[in-house]
Amino acid sequence: MIRTHALQFTYQDVENQTLYFPDIDLSAKEDLLILGASGVGKTTFIHLLAGLLPPKGGKIFIDDTFLNKLTRKQLDYFRGQHIGLIFQRAYFIRSLSVLENLTLREKLSKKKSDPQRKEELIQQLGLSNLQNKRIHQLSEGQQQRLSIALGVVHSPKVILADEPTSNLDDVNCEKVISLLKKEARICKSNLVIITHDQRVKSHFNNHIIL
Amino acid sequence: MLYLAYKNLISKPLNTFLSILLLMLSISLATFVLQMKDQLNQHLEKNTKPFDMVIGAKGSPLQLILSSILHIDNPTGNISLNEALKIGKNPMVKEMIPVSYGDNYKGYRILGTPDKYLNQYGATLREGKLYKKPFEVVVGSYVAEKNNLQLGSSFTSTHGLAENGLETHTTKPFMVTGILNPTASILDHLIITNLKSIWEVHEHEHEHTPHEEYHEKEREITSLLVKFRNPIGALQMSRYINEKTTMQAALPKFEIERLMKFLGVGFQTINSIAIIILLVAGLSIFINLIKTVRERKQELALLRTYGANIFQLVKLVFLEAIFLSMLGFILGWFLGRISTWFFSIYSENAYGYHFVFGLPNNKELFILALVILTTFIAAILASTSLYKLNVSKILANV
Repeated sequence: MIRTHALQFTYQDVENQTLYFPDIDLSAKEDLLILGASGVGKTTFIHLLAGLLPPKGGKIFIDDTFLNKLTRKQLDYFRGQHIGLIFQRAYFIRSLSVLENLTLREKLSKKKSDPQRKEELIQQLGLSNLQNKRIHQLSEGQQQRLSIALGVVHSPKVILADEPTSNLDDVNCEKVISLLKKEARICKSNLVIITHDQRVKSHFNNHIIL
Repeated sequence: MLYLAYKNLISKPLNTFLSILLLMLSISLATFVLQMKDQLNQHLEKNTKPFDMVIGAKGSPLQLILSSILHIDNPTGNISLNEALKIGKNPMVKEMIPVSYGDNYKGYRILGTPDKYLNQYGATLREGKLYKKPFEVVVGSYVAEKNNLQLGSSFTSTHGLAENGLETHTTKPFMVTGILNPTASILDHLIITNLKSIWEVHEHEHEHTPHEEYHEKEREITSLLVKFRNPIGALQMSRYINEKTTMQAALPKFEIERLMKFLGVGFQTINSIAIIILLVAGLSIFINLIKTVRERKQELALLRTYGANIFQLVKLVFLEAIFLSMLGFILGWFLGRISTWFFSIYSENAYGYHFVFGLPNNKELFILALVILTTFIAAILASTSLYKLNVSKILANV
């Protein structure tokens, strides 16, 4: 469940430009697609929801937790437990293997280790025979799938995906979207995708435009 | 986190290796110098401790000590036994031991002295008995082992103190009657006999070479080792001997201190070099960490989105730094010990110095503390940038 109210944000370095965001109100398991051209603050919005940026005004609630009130450390903890982030460009810990990346993500969420969940996830994403490989040995498609796995391995309440498809061809785009939807159902979480990619639009009923 | 730190380090083997290598070199150099200094000091102290004063012919007092007690230099000359004994007849003198030498067997000195000399080093016989008659000898454990000398073995001495002397005393062979237990002192490297043997070797020669320096009728010795009842005696008496007689008196304690002061400059220089390398190593670790933080900005930001707080990231940087420095220290310490050990083998042959492989001592623990401190400073400086890490900006930067 996500609720925002009168959210606004000011860039400190760029001429004090203030962005105003529409209110959203998602009940449990509800998905949301946020569309917008580049430069309207889509990523900023996601980072606000993830607690990576402090809002200038307005309120954010995730599952009855009032994000504004948390200290930085509490915010880190909350993010680790309940939020899964997926980026346009996949980021990993390069010195670790596929499985170790997943284990690290799980550990930092402070949730109990669930080897079965990891194994299922790796299998679903077709990474089974790659789990001990280093990241640089993976193809781009495999890396994208792994970044989805890293976003959902700890069964977060909210999955936030920032342009997950913009670098992908049509086939992979379809795959990624269906994967995200499937994982969101398994984790019983809200899936929020921001994109300017019109291909994604048809997959979601619920969308707003920034 | 520990695992991640470890993985991060081995994923950049070259940087890691360089940092560790620098640290290792400086630590090994520093511990090596410390070890040498300490052990040399111990060695000198141990061997000179039994005697408060040495009376010998005039010359350099340091030379007298080095030759008569440590047996590494040539003697300053001979003195008259009677004259020496006269001086020794002083109530302050607890014990005096005349020593006479001038020959060697394969570079090991043959020392003529009463057997109470052995007691000064607490030596005990491993086998056989003490020498009684001239040309009977007791050999130190190291000499026996190196030359394969056993009870009943006999050998002829060479004139002079250097190995491979040209002049061999062919007529009178020495016979081994006893072998000493190891004492970890200079005694292990000596061949001991009574004074008479030394005199007889040379008297015999005199028949053929009448112009030898030993021609006087009076018995001569090389030096007289003196032990006092209290240390003040040594000071008073040495002044008297140096002013009123043709002999000189040298105080081992004083001379050794002087020697260490000379050597101290050398040790100091090497120590300074070690400290400079240590600083460079610290700097290298620091640069390594800064580089790591810069290069892995995205990874560190990613860890934040995974729920790691700043403190955990700082911990990661510290773990990497501590890992580097500990490994460097441990390897360096071992390298230092190994070089000490190698040097010991060399010096045992050359000077009869024996070095001991010891556990880390206080000074080395001090170096360890210094290394940890340097590392902490490096890590603190490197982690300040973690607080400025703008996670949102780094990850949004496509």
